[in-house]
Amino acid sequence: MNPERPPNGVLLEVHNISLAFGGVKAIEDVSFDIRDGEIRAIIGPNGAGKSSMLNVINGFYHPQQGSITYKGETRSQMKPHHAASRGIARTFQNIALFKGMSTLDNIMTGRNTLMKKNVIWQALYYGPARNEELKHREFAEHIIDFLEIQAIRKTPVGRLPYGMQKRVELGRALAAEPDLLLLDEPMAGMNVEEKEDMCRFVLDVNEEFATTIALIEHDMGVVMDISDRVVVLDYGKKIADGTPDEVRGNQGVIDAYLGVSHE
Amino acid sequence: MGGEVIFFLEIVISGVMAGVMYALVALGFVLIFKASGIFNFAQGVMCLFAALALYDFMAPGGWVDRWFGFTFPVWMAIVLTIGVMVVVAWLIERLVLQHLVKQEPIILFMATLGLAYVLEGVGDILFGSDVKPLDIGIPQGASDWALDNYGIYVEKLELVAAITGAVLVTILGIFFHRTRIGRALRAVADDHQAALSVGISLRTIWVIVWSVSGIVALVAGIMWGSKSGVQFSLSLIALKALPVLILGGFTSVPGAIVGGLIIGVGEKLAEVYLGPFVGGAIENWFAYMLALVFLLFRPQGLFGERIIERV
Ligand SMILES: Nc1ncnc2c1ncn2[C@@H]1O[C@H](COP(=O)(O)OP(=O)(O)O)[C@@H](O)[C@H]1O
Ligand SMILES: [Mg+2]
Repeated sequence: MNPERPPNGVLLEVHNISLAFGGVKAIEDVSFDIRDGEIRAIIGPNGAGKSSMLNVINGFYHPQQGSITYKGETRSQMKPHHAASRGIARTFQNIALFKGMSTLDNIMTGRNTLMKKNVIWQALYYGPARNEELKHREFAEHIIDFLEIQAIRKTPVGRLPYGMQKRVELGRALAAEPDLLLLDEPMAGMNVEEKEDMCRFVLDVNEEFATTIALIEHDMGVVMDISDRVVVLDYGKKIADGTPDEVRGNQGVIDAYLGVSHE
Repeated sequence: MGGEVIFFLEIVISGVMAGVMYALVALGFVLIFKASGIFNFAQGVMCLFAALALYDFMAPGGWVDRWFGFTFPVWMAIVLTIGVMVVVAWLIERLVLQHLVKQEPIILFMATLGLAYVLEGVGDILFGSDVKPLDIGIPQGASDWALDNYGIYVEKLELVAAITGAVLVTILGIFFHRTRIGRALRAVADDHQAALSVGISLRTIWVIVWSVSGIVALVAGIMWGSKSGVQFSLSLIALKALPVLILGGFTSVPGAIVGGLIIGVGEKLAEVYLGPFVGGAIENWFAYMLALVFLLFRPQGLFGERIIERV
């Protein structure tokens, strides 16, 4: 286990986060925590602020209020570079791959923060830099095997079907050997078979590599099956937080999903 | 070989020399455009600035000589000039780009327009505006080898320029495709958000691309300066790079090279063979004419992936 991880078992905690875009309040005073090693689902209707919350956690958005404690360090906002180098990797709701690059190269970019910064040797592709490159390529090949995408390793990802792109994007995130993996609707738009595969990968990652996962997902069946705890957002506010069973029975959650009484 | 053929070849070769120049300037444009979506109007001035700096580090009567009473050997002057271009890149990122990150492309373009004037002004104040003969020891005159073996008149300088251009492009190719930084550059060119999410620092990448563009500009500046002296008209070469980019595509490195060669050779041939029919001076507008034709029929250029409007 990672010695950096705090003894109370909480890897990440957001405290009283509020985020607004002009007049739009995307997140209002939301707090929750993510424990080391768990799969934590974030659910809620469209526009509830789920993606915004992931963006706050990896530093794309800077909240107006609140703070974030990660690995015991509290700050008022994260920075993408800092988040990445401290072990937070992510995927996007609308796939964000490097479309002109091959599967292998996309996955290699995931190792960016783990590679040494020797600019000169890098530029000349010489000696130690070359050996290092080969070592990282080996790891990338592991991930390709793990995700069963050997057949497309040289294909430019722009040409891959949607489901495969989602898988490559997961591969790129895994390449960083993250401590916290943020997945924004990894199964959206997939057919049943692709969803099952993705579910299996998520569970395997969590079990085999002890990676903590925060997962946004709309498919309730999936969420209830694979997550340890669920936080529910609605109109930017947290309306429930607990185990899948607790959340399922919560009247507020049922109302939110049935679209009752927002006024 | 017949005299006609030799004459034709000599024109083509002199066109290649000009083409390499255009290609190098266009290459600087493409690097910056790919990585940041910025159309860098100052690319031509960067050539001038680099050549001026180099001159003043090494030439007797240059700035260093006048102030400190000595000059640097050529290789050291080149290294120092590369250093200057890296510092310029860093300053540009610090003082300009960083503050305009989320602005419209047109605003960034205007910023580079301003940058062009600043660099030109600073160059003028620091180095003076007279024509400076740049001599870094590239052999002058006709190549005896070409003359003896093929009966073709080729300037040695032109051969050196062509070879240097090819070597530079090869090195850049390896850098882009085989190294971590190269991959990071391509990643940034492809998707800013995704690049940030894997921990690539946009600011570092920008300093790197502007530095590399500065070094490419230095090479172009050395070539041009060795041929015609370092003078302020060098910055106008940027205007020729525009049609090259339209031909080659704004995001394509091979496009910049092929486009540069087509225009360099094309305008020389047009001048010699078509010039007499239209009263000459085709060389001045041929490139723009060709670009116009491309805009009508193939606006993404020969190698371009997408239309100019991006970001
Ligand atoms: N970059 C942005 N600019 C303006 N508004 C945004 C931005 N990102 C999100 N929002 C707004 O914040 C709210 C929450 O969006 P989001 O976090 O994407 O919801 P979810 O992922 O739960 O569907 C929405 O009203 C959305 O329009
Ligand atoms: Mg969303």
